[in-house]
Amino acid sequence: MQREYIFPGQLIQYEAELKHQFLSHVEFVPEGERIKQCIQCGTCTGSCPVSYAMDITPREIIALFRAGEIKKILNSEAIWLCVSCYSCQTRCPQQIRLTDIFYVLKQIAIRNKIFSKTIKVHKLRETFLKMLNDYGRLNEALLMIKFILKTNPLKGLVFLPLATKLMVKGRLSFKSEAIKNKKALKLIIKKSEEISLPVKKFQPAYKEDAVGYKAIS
Amino acid sequence: MMEYTYYPGCSLHSVHKPYDISCRAVFKALGVNLIELEDWNCCGATFYMSIDEVTSIAVAARNLALAEKYELDLIAPCSSCFTILNKANRFMKSNEQLFLNVNRVLNEVGLDYKLSVRVRHPLDVLINDIGLEIIKLKIKKSLNGLRIANYYGCQIVRPDKYFDDRENPTSMDNLFEMLGAKSVYYPAKVKCCGGMLPTVKEEIANDLIFEILYRAVENKADLIVTTCPLCQMNLEAYQKKIEDKFKEKISIPIYYFTQVLGVALGLNEDELAINKNFIISEKLKKILEETPVEEL
Repeated sequence: MQREYIFPGQLIQYEAELKHQFLSHVEFVPEGERIKQCIQCGTCTGSCPVSYAMDITPREIIALFRAGEIKKILNSEAIWLCVSCYSCQTRCPQQIRLTDIFYVLKQIAIRNKIFSKTIKVHKLRETFLKMLNDYGRLNEALLMIKFILKTNPLKGLVFLPLATKLMVKGRLSFKSEAIKNKKALKLIIKKSEEISLPVKKFQPAYKEDAVGYKAIS
Repeated sequence: MMEYTYYPGCSLHSVHKPYDISCRAVFKALGVNLIELEDWNCCGATFYMSIDEVTSIAVAARNLALAEKYELDLIAPCSSCFTILNKANRFMKSNEQLFLNVNRVLNEVGLDYKLSVRVRHPLDVLINDIGLEIIKLKIKKSLNGLRIANYYGCQIVRPDKYFDDRENPTSMDNLFEMLGAKSVYYPAKVKCCGGMLPTVKEEIANDLIFEILYRAVENKADLIVTTCPLCQMNLEAYQKKIEDKFKEKISIPIYYFTQVLGVALGLNEDELAINKNFIISEKLKKILEETPVEEL
């Protein structure tokens, strides 16, 4: 069997594929291509309210992308910790839409089934989407209960005092409100899931897979 | 008579009823008619954004397509809904292919969207459409002596410049100054409250919330007003835990801005659902009990 050679500067297969996925999705973000303009100044990291707790910071994420280490980014906790406050995006001197790009990274991670072990945002997401699909509207109390049961029922007890308080104030209801035209919404979700935006077919090529500054030009 | 379509969103229909109630009451008192969007659905929040671009935009766009029939601006009081609906508009305007795809899906259920709906925040409408001059004519009580920390949160000032400055917004400060209150110096006015973090990563959320609360206490504010349901919950519900963690006395009431505005407009407790908040401000309560001054 012939061995596959990796040339200097060439990405290994799965990294090249991830990079291709990422780049073709970034195209759909308005002005997404501005990611190429990053000057690594770190304003994003400095503005981020949670960067102090991230394993890799927003600036490092762009650096890792350039180095062709997409898998490392997707495996990080950082992308799940982002609370989408848009501080980085607002302050970026190069007008890079970083928060929107974080959403793209989350998308790619979900597509490739890579989830954080400690931050269970994806579980919250699953519960949320099921409720949205079933009722068209959301009941925050039920969402929390279902999420807690799914992840850590014991730890969920800390929310009991809050729930009681809300109940006393008459702000808690356990009945899901539903929209009238559930069928239409279900159809919208189903049909739009069938349409995936056209992503160019992956063709590994030496030039395209170059790393470093070549990767972004 | 001024008219708007009203998109309350899921939060305002469940846990954040006080915001819904007070928002409607304030607009009614100012003579503005709010028509609730018929059969609206959840905007998809930030969760759908992380799955699929077409699906997330299509779910939000159903609301926009429904709202288009009214030919009015759409008011979304929840900051998250406000951002998501605006974002859906922005994505569709900048990417024709996406827009065509979303519209194809909407056509299947007999809807068609022409990108004409403007999504507005109630604060924007109050300041820019109704105007401080008109609100001034309707004041029944002065908020004199009340020290307010105006907390804007993230999503109504960012990512795009909607109606106020992104780093130092002042619209709400001006509104309450005009009503007789003192808007205190408040450096945390656009800091992030942690969003969904109290659910998934509590210790980080507590750090963020502490900063926002402490800056208000430090500047001797009597209460914090906010424009976002999620911020209101995060700032109010975990105060005891945060007091224990940081060994600082905090206990500061958090109100929706429409509640405090409503007090100045002479509305009563029930119309503003003030008793449904956890922490009650004694000073505000005193003003609430005063008899409204009728116009001369």
